[in-house]
This record gives sequence, structure tokens and C-alpha cells, in this order.
Amino acid sequence: MQQEYTISLFTEDHIGILSRITIILTRRQINIDSITASESAIKGLQMLTMVVTTTPDMVNKVARQIEKLVDVVKVFVHTSPEIICQEIALYKVTTRGLMAGSMIGDLVRKHHARILEVTPEYIVVEKSGDKEEITALLAVLEPCGVLQFVRSGRIAVTRQVKELDAYLKEMEEAGRGRTETLEIYN
Amino acid sequence: MKEKTKTTDKQGSDSEGSTVSGAEALLKCLIEEGVDTIFGYPGGAIMPVYNKLLDYSDRLRHILTRHEQGAAHAAQAYAMVTGRVGVCFATSGPGATNLVTGIANAFLDSVPVVFITAQVTSALIGTDAFQETDILGISMPVTKWNAQVKNAQDIPYAIARAFYIARSGRPGPVLIDISKDAQVENLSYSYRQCTYIRSYNPFIPLHMRDIESAAVMINHAEKPLILAGHGVILSGAAEELKALAEKGGIPVAATLLGLSAFPHKHRLFAGMLGMHGNYAPNVLTNQADLIIAIGMRFDDRVTGNLKKYAPDARIIHIEIDRAEINKNVRVDLEINNDAREVLSALVPMIRESSREKWIREFRILDRIEYEKVIKPETDPGEGEIRMGEVVKAVSDLTDGDAVIVTDVGQHQMAVARYYRFSEKSTLVTSGGMGTMGFGLPASLGAASGNPGNPVIAFIGDGGFQMTLQELGTIMQYHIPVKIILLNNSFLGMVRQWQEMFFNGRYASTEMANPDFMTLAGAYGIEAHRVTRREELRMAIGTMLAAEGPYLMEVTISREANILPMVEPGASVSDVTLTYR
Ligand SMILES: Cc1ncc(C[n+]2csc(CCOP(=O)(O)OP(=O)(O)O)c2C)c(N)n1
Repeated sequence: MQQEYTISLFTEDHIGILSRITIILTRRQINIDSITASESAIKGLQMLTMVVTTTPDMVNKVARQIEKLVDVVKVFVHTSPEIICQEIALYKVTTRGLMAGSMIGDLVRKHHARILEVTPEYIVVEKSGDKEEITALLAVLEPCGVLQFVRSGRIAVTRQVKELDAYLKEMEEAGRGRTETLEIYN
Repeated sequence: MKEKTKTTDKQGSDSEGSTVSGAEALLKCLIEEGVDTIFGYPGGAIMPVYNKLLDYSDRLRHILTRHEQGAAHAAQAYAMVTGRVGVCFATSGPGATNLVTGIANAFLDSVPVVFITAQVTSALIGTDAFQETDILGISMPVTKWNAQVKNAQDIPYAIARAFYIARSGRPGPVLIDISKDAQVENLSYSYRQCTYIRSYNPFIPLHMRDIESAAVMINHAEKPLILAGHGVILSGAAEELKALAEKGGIPVAATLLGLSAFPHKHRLFAGMLGMHGNYAPNVLTNQADLIIAIGMRFDDRVTGNLKKYAPDARIIHIEIDRAEINKNVRVDLEINNDAREVLSALVPMIRESSREKWIREFRILDRIEYEKVIKPETDPGEGEIRMGEVVKAVSDLTDGDAVIVTDVGQHQMAVARYYRFSEKSTLVTSGGMGTMGFGLPASLGAASGNPGNPVIAFIGDGGFQMTLQELGTIMQYHIPVKIILLNNSFLGMVRQWQEMFFNGRYASTEMANPDFMTLAGAYGIEAHRVTRREELRMAIGTMLAAEGPYLMEVTISREANILPMVEPGASVSDVTLTYR
């Protein structure tokens, strides 16, 4: 029943919002596998991408609880087929090891990695891809002596066509409409 | 929440553009929002605000409680009886942390209160300065929204947002933390009420298709049951609820906080739901073929064992908070909107029906409950005085028209069961949190709202001693609350559980009590102790006739139990009617 979900959410850029979101997940004992914060395509809105592993029922419950937060604009929950996602990883490998295996060419051709820096002591390799691809490359490099390895959180865009600004417009219309009737009552 | 704010209808004030201090701006903003009463307690960091308050005392009444928790509960109760937003002030550090129970209580019961806490000077924030506490972080899980203001110029907008958020949608507490320097600094003052926040949209368009589906489900149901919660009251939907029930011939059961949403003398009133609720609505929940839940959240005290809850029923959930829908109980039709809006649209589509056969089933079970539980509790005739008979006597003598406040415990359940709430009544109680100590401060807050009806607080001897310092507040402002202290010399509700589920081992539940008459005397509050059944009604009459505050202590049966009971883990249809 447990499954991996990518939660993408858009928030106002307010202090404390991340805290409020993690409080909800903590209360439900859900671990955040990865998290990335960035600007979004809409000015002033932050985007958070979180990966969690939980049940379909629970992910919907927490999504609603998160969306209820005053500073959260919209929450989307996706399973892997619904999104295009990438992670990025950096591998710092001993130059001696990498040269001995004469793998440099393979790295670029087979693994679509990039070489960022070469020194006599170490070489820094960068790769973007999904989790499996990044893990696979780590396994390949392991025998050469990996000095450091770091992987980013997941970033994702959705395959759906309806974009956030369409939701925003709908919400704004609903809000404005009601405000007018309220004023008439007053 | 349907507002009864007396906000000035013009936007912006006459003193537009004038230069004032942050403290003064705060007070002006409150006046713009229609505030006339503040509950609070001063201290170092909030002194600039209190200093300015003195100049505004003709427009802003400040009630100094004896503890910040008391101020928080009072502000909540004030909001519950007036339908306006409650306001509460506290200083930084211990003042702020003392509020936390009160904030959490308002949060769980969806009551709009704006809490203003002072914070140390902004340069010191984060340094563990004297009386600095991270109240923003502490209150985060128990506020609908909170924010810190460190520049005077930001005060008006923060206050505008706070009021808008607190009272719209599903109401709740909001906390604004204002640093001391922001209170002192000057700003160019102007005020606009907030009516829109991009990321927050409490007004949801009504989907007529869902309303139509609900009507079809209701019209086809043979055994429908309405579950009315606090949301009915918060959205001002009591009239619409009655219309729905009467047109469709549908019995109405209420949650604890929904009790005053429907008149108890009405032939369609089915009683209270849940652990100590009435027999018929609990048992028949599991025979209903349709449940129409309105402004309630299927709390575990209401549903009992979820696996055996309403197995034959389809469920319609009308609820403004989408996160509550499908949270505890899977529903068949969700209508995520304001209860009043939904019911107004729904009622015209309901087929007139009397459903006599279904309603008779309630009457049959009511009879059983009356014989086995209600009669012995409210009319025992002999033996020690029972809580139920005190509540019934008060109910009779006020004809159900009172603001009833309770603390938490057995007496709370006795009130919920035996006070017959009328259309004009209000119940102020701590539902979601079950906060002992709520009753006394809440009663003074409720009475400060000038509700018109008498304010009567039922409090146990345990809970009374948690916040009894508020007698000082009642004395100082001569607040005419009628306090009924039901004294069983035990933490009654816990004792009952010890008796029923812990082999009668009374661990730390028996209490040596002070002489409450002397105590009331020390505060100059008129008081009387009732120990005999014969004098009960007379004493209540005297209390109700008294002009000022009054304390009536009743010596109650020490080891009586509240029944019926849906025991922990049991299904709502598996009700314990008698014990021992
Ligand atoms: C602040 C707080 N502490 C503890 C409890 C647990 N509790 C629930 S009811 C109760 C006993 C209340 O006793 P009393 O006030 O005498 O009222 P009674 O049940 O006797 O009517 C206790 C201790 C609580 N609800 N709130």
C-alpha cells in the first residue's frame, strides 16, 4: 500500500511556512525523503517539491491539511508516471582511481555525466537523472574511490496541461465574487 | 463565521495618514475592526500598548484577568456569545506561554480569537533575551495563522489579515507577536480591512450538482439522520437546519458543540451523540440508511469504534474545512462549503415527508433511556443529590434560555445531557480539548459580551480550583455570573473511569477541598451551599434573582457515574445503560 509520492506545493514566501508544513507531516509520522525549495514561474510564489512514502489515503489527508494552511496556495500530489522529474548528483572521485579504470569516456558517453573539475588528486563528476540512474553511476564509480557524493532533492514538473495560474484565477474569482456580496450585507 | 461585527462601513479612518506610535496604531486598528472589549494581562514588553490603552479607555474596555490562560478563555467565550472576534493581550515570555492552553482550546473548537503578544525588542530576538520566548514557533501547531511584526509600519496590515483570517472560513485563533520597538516607533497610519488573500480562499463556489445529489439521496432515504455540529452555529445555519429537518421529517442529533444549534423541545430533536450521548441517536446511527453530517468532524468521542460505525448508511458530509472530509470517516458525498449556503440551496429540493415510522424508533429508545437512566438521575426522590437533577432544575427554571458555560468532567456531560437548550440559548464549553479550568474564566468572558440571557456556569470542584483566581476578576468588574459548583470531592470523571476500567483503584482522584463559602466571601461574592434536595429549587431561584455574581455550591453524590456510556473501543450501538 505504501508508495512514493511527489508533493509539489506553491506557497507565499513567508517565514515559518516550511515549519508549518513539516509539523503536519511529523504529526502523521511521515518522513520527507527529499525536499527542494525554489522560486516558481509565478512571481512571489515559492515552490516546494517533497518526496514522501506513504499510503494513498494518507497522502490525500496530509495534502488537504497542507493546502488548508493560510500561506499555501495549492498542493499537487503525483505518482511517478504523472511527472517528469530529475535529481542532480555530484561525485568527487580520486583521479588515480578514475584514470586507472580509464572510464572517463564511458562516463560522458554511457552515463551522460559531465566533468566539472579535474585536479591531480580528484575529479568532480556531475550527473542529472532519476534516482536509479544516479545510484547506478555511484555503483560504477565506487571501485575508483568516491571521496564525496551528494544528491539534490527531486525537482519535478507535471504532465497535466492545466497550470497553476489557471487555478489561481479560479480562486481569485471565487474570492472576489464573495467579497462583493458580503459588502452588500454589511 | 457569520459576522456580527459592528465594523465601520467606510474603509479607512478619519485619522488617515496621521503619525502615531505602533501601540496607538494597534488600538486604532482594533477599533476599526469593531472591537470594544479586550481581555489581557500586562508586562514589560507590552507596556507601550497598555500605556496607550489608558487614552482609549472610553472606546476599549480592558478586562484584567488574574492569569493569561483566563484571558484567553474569556476572549474565546466572548467570541462564542457575541459572534464577534475575541481579542486577548499578553506580554512576552511567560505571558505568551501562559496563553498556549487557551489558544489550543480555541483552535480545536474553531473559535475566532486574535491574540496579541508582545515580543522583546527586535534587535534581541533570537538571543534568549530576558523574557524572550519563541511564541511564534510554540503557537504554530495551534493557530490558524501567526506572524511577527518588527516594524511599526507593518502593524495595520498584520491586524487586518489577522481579523480576516480568524473569522472567515473555518474560524480559528490567530496570533500576532509585536516587538517592543515596533510598539514605540512611529508610523504614518492608515487602515484597510482585509478582504482577500491570494493563498487563502474561504469562499468556495457552490456546486449545484452536489446539492442536487444530496437532495436525491435524502429524498430516497427511509432512515436519514442529521448530525449537527458547531459549524451550524458558526455559519448561522440554525434556521436552515430546522427547515431541512421539518420539511424532510429528519431527526437531528447534535455533537457537544452543536447542542445549542437546535431546540431540544423540538419533536425532531434526537439528542446528543457520542460517548455520553443519548441512547437513541447512538444506537440508531447504526441503523440509519443515510447520515447527513453538517459542520462536524466525526471526532472519536462521537464515532466510537470507527470499524463499526454507521455500517448501513451512506454519508453526506457538509463541511467548510476540506481537510476534515474523509479524515476519520469515508463519505459518499462531500459538500465542501459553508453550512448555511448549502442548506439554503438544499431545502427547496427536499420532498416533504414525515417519516413517522423512523421517528417512532427514536421514541421507543428514548423511553428505555428515560426509565433506566434519565429518571433516576433527574428525579431520584431520595439519597444524595445527583448532578442531573441540579441541571434539570436550572433548565426548568430558566426555561432553557440561558448562556450555559461548563468546565470539563462529569458535570459537563450532565449539563450536555440534561439542559434543554432553547433557540435563544448558547452553550460555551471546551469540546475538542476538554480543558479543565475553562469554565470560570469563560463565564466572565461570556457575561462581558452582554448576551441578554443570564450566564450560568457549571463547574466541578476540580476544575474550579484550576482557575479560581478569576474570582478576583469577577469581583473587580462586578461581572454577574452565576456559578454552580457541583462538589463531589473527587475528580469525578477520572474516578468514574477508575471505577469502571481500573478495578476501582482511586489513584489521586479524591480531593480535600477548601471551604468554598469562605473563599467566595473573601472575594465579596454572594454564596450559598445546598446540601438538601428540598432547598435546591429555592436556592436556584435566589441565585437567578441575585443582581451581581453568585456562587452556589451543591454537595453532590460522591461516587455517581455518568451514563449511558459508549465505552472506549465499543461501537456506538453498544451502549452501557446501567452499571453496578
Ligand atoms: C487541564 C486538564 N487536566 C486534566 C484533565 C483530565 N480530566 C478530565 S475530567 C477530570 C476530572 C474533573 O473533575 P472535576 O473538575 O471535579 O469535575 P467532575 O468530573 O467531578 O464533574 C480530569 C482530571 C483535563 N481534562 N484537563
